[in-house]
Amino acid sequence: MSATVQRAMSGPVPKIRVRGLRKAFGGKLVLDGIDLDVMPGTSTVVIGGSGSGKSVLIKCILGLIEPDAGSVEIDGKSLLDSPARDRAAARARIGMLFQNGALFDSLPVWENVAFGLLAQNRVSRPEAKAKAAEVLSQVGLAASVGDLSPAELSGGMQKRVALARAIAAQPDMLFFDEPTTGLDPIMGAVIDGLIVDCVKRLGSTAIAITHDMASAQRIGDRAAMLLKGKLIWQGDASALLDSGNDAVDQFTHGRRDGPIQMELRR
Amino acid sequence: MLLDLVAALGRVLLGACQSAGSLALFALAGLSHVLRPPYYPRLVLAAVAEMGFFSLPVVALTAIFTGMVLALQASTALSRFSAESASASLVVLSVTRELGPVLAGLMVAGRVGAATAAELGTMRVTDQIDALSTLSTVPMKYLVAPRLLAGIIALPLLVVVADILGVLGGFIIATLKLGFNGPTYIVATLNHLETADVTLGLVKAAVFGFLIALMGCYHGYNSKGGAQGVGAATTMAVVTASVLILAFDYVLSELFFVR
Repeated sequence: MSATVQRAMSGPVPKIRVRGLRKAFGGKLVLDGIDLDVMPGTSTVVIGGSGSGKSVLIKCILGLIEPDAGSVEIDGKSLLDSPARDRAAARARIGMLFQNGALFDSLPVWENVAFGLLAQNRVSRPEAKAKAAEVLSQVGLAASVGDLSPAELSGGMQKRVALARAIAAQPDMLFFDEPTTGLDPIMGAVIDGLIVDCVKRLGSTAIAITHDMASAQRIGDRAAMLLKGKLIWQGDASALLDSGNDAVDQFTHGRRDGPIQMELRR
Repeated sequence: MLLDLVAALGRVLLGACQSAGSLALFALAGLSHVLRPPYYPRLVLAAVAEMGFFSLPVVALTAIFTGMVLALQASTALSRFSAESASASLVVLSVTRELGPVLAGLMVAGRVGAATAAELGTMRVTDQIDALSTLSTVPMKYLVAPRLLAGIIALPLLVVVADILGVLGGFIIATLKLGFNGPTYIVATLNHLETADVTLGLVKAAVFGFLIALMGCYHGYNSKGGAQGVGAATTMAVVTASVLILAFDYVLSELFFVR
């Protein structure tokens, strides 16, 4: 029986399917056989402590880091075995919000927002500027912000611009790397709200990584926890605070004592 | 003990080979992106302006003072053989063949090589290079290829200016201080200057421009470890570009001028 037939019989194909993903840096194993399915139109939040490999996982899925083993499938097509052109095409369907925004500081805000559209030759520069103003308004920023440099913006505004850049090309997948890190709780809630709105409006499939529990519950439909390179728990995001898993409960409630022992270097 | 020494030596040698291979692959990838579309003429022009136009003051000052000191030293040395009249030819040949390209190269390596490494290094550690990849842009094509091309274009243009100003510096000292006749000095300069001297000096400049851009891009693009990594990349870019300029100066002189 072919794999396609097997999958057809076993239900809908996940938008993103990760199997047996492994990645080590030197002798340090960061991802140790990750299996993850993200269904179309849903948001999955991956939680985990600092240095647990969350960013590496998302970069492996994006193809920014080459995994040592395992597979990543988008719409049932393997990404890692595909030719570079197909990988680039798949990547063009993904919008990414980086942890620190990663805005291009040599370009004005509007060019940052419209960068992907200009790179794909989808619009002229005047059209790109108009489109940037439209997308900026969707994240609650005035069109005049478009003429500023990223360095002139506050942290919250930079996050909004980065979100605008991620959604400008209307991707069908959105990845968020620590979207609320460094923001005050109110601004964090604002950014989470914008993320939820954008994901719903575009009908996108989303993966967010965070260690902010409030953010995880606001953004996610599903949640998974990464610990020591393995996904130790997966379930509904609403069950995060009462998962029944001791390690997850320790993490989500911020308890010092429990199965997770912080590694301290002396 | 001896085995440990050999092992350490082997590790150093392997590391050097690995670095050389990695640099060669980076250079080939960069050059292949120079040739293949899409092109970024706006970025090439900006890089030419940064490397060429904004380096003009420092290169001009270096060239004019070098020409001046060269005329002084040439006159002193040649007077011992009663050959002061050869000063003009010594100045013009030294400037066009060697000092113009080498000194302009070293100045630009310090100014632009460092800035390139710092800019790309900061982009690397702040995820801006990864962000380019997620926005349908090949970082090598967008960041590296325009700079490599700009290096090949801008440094020869700078060296033309350096050559003229270097000769002018020699002329000023020869006529105002050493008592040379102005028109005679100019005639002697032009008589001893061949097209090949200037052309091959410009070839050197193009190679040096490529090396400066390559070192800045390579070390910046591959930097890691935050601010300290960016600082190390900047230092490495200037040091390696300077050493390579001197090494390639010898190789190109050997290839073009001796045989």
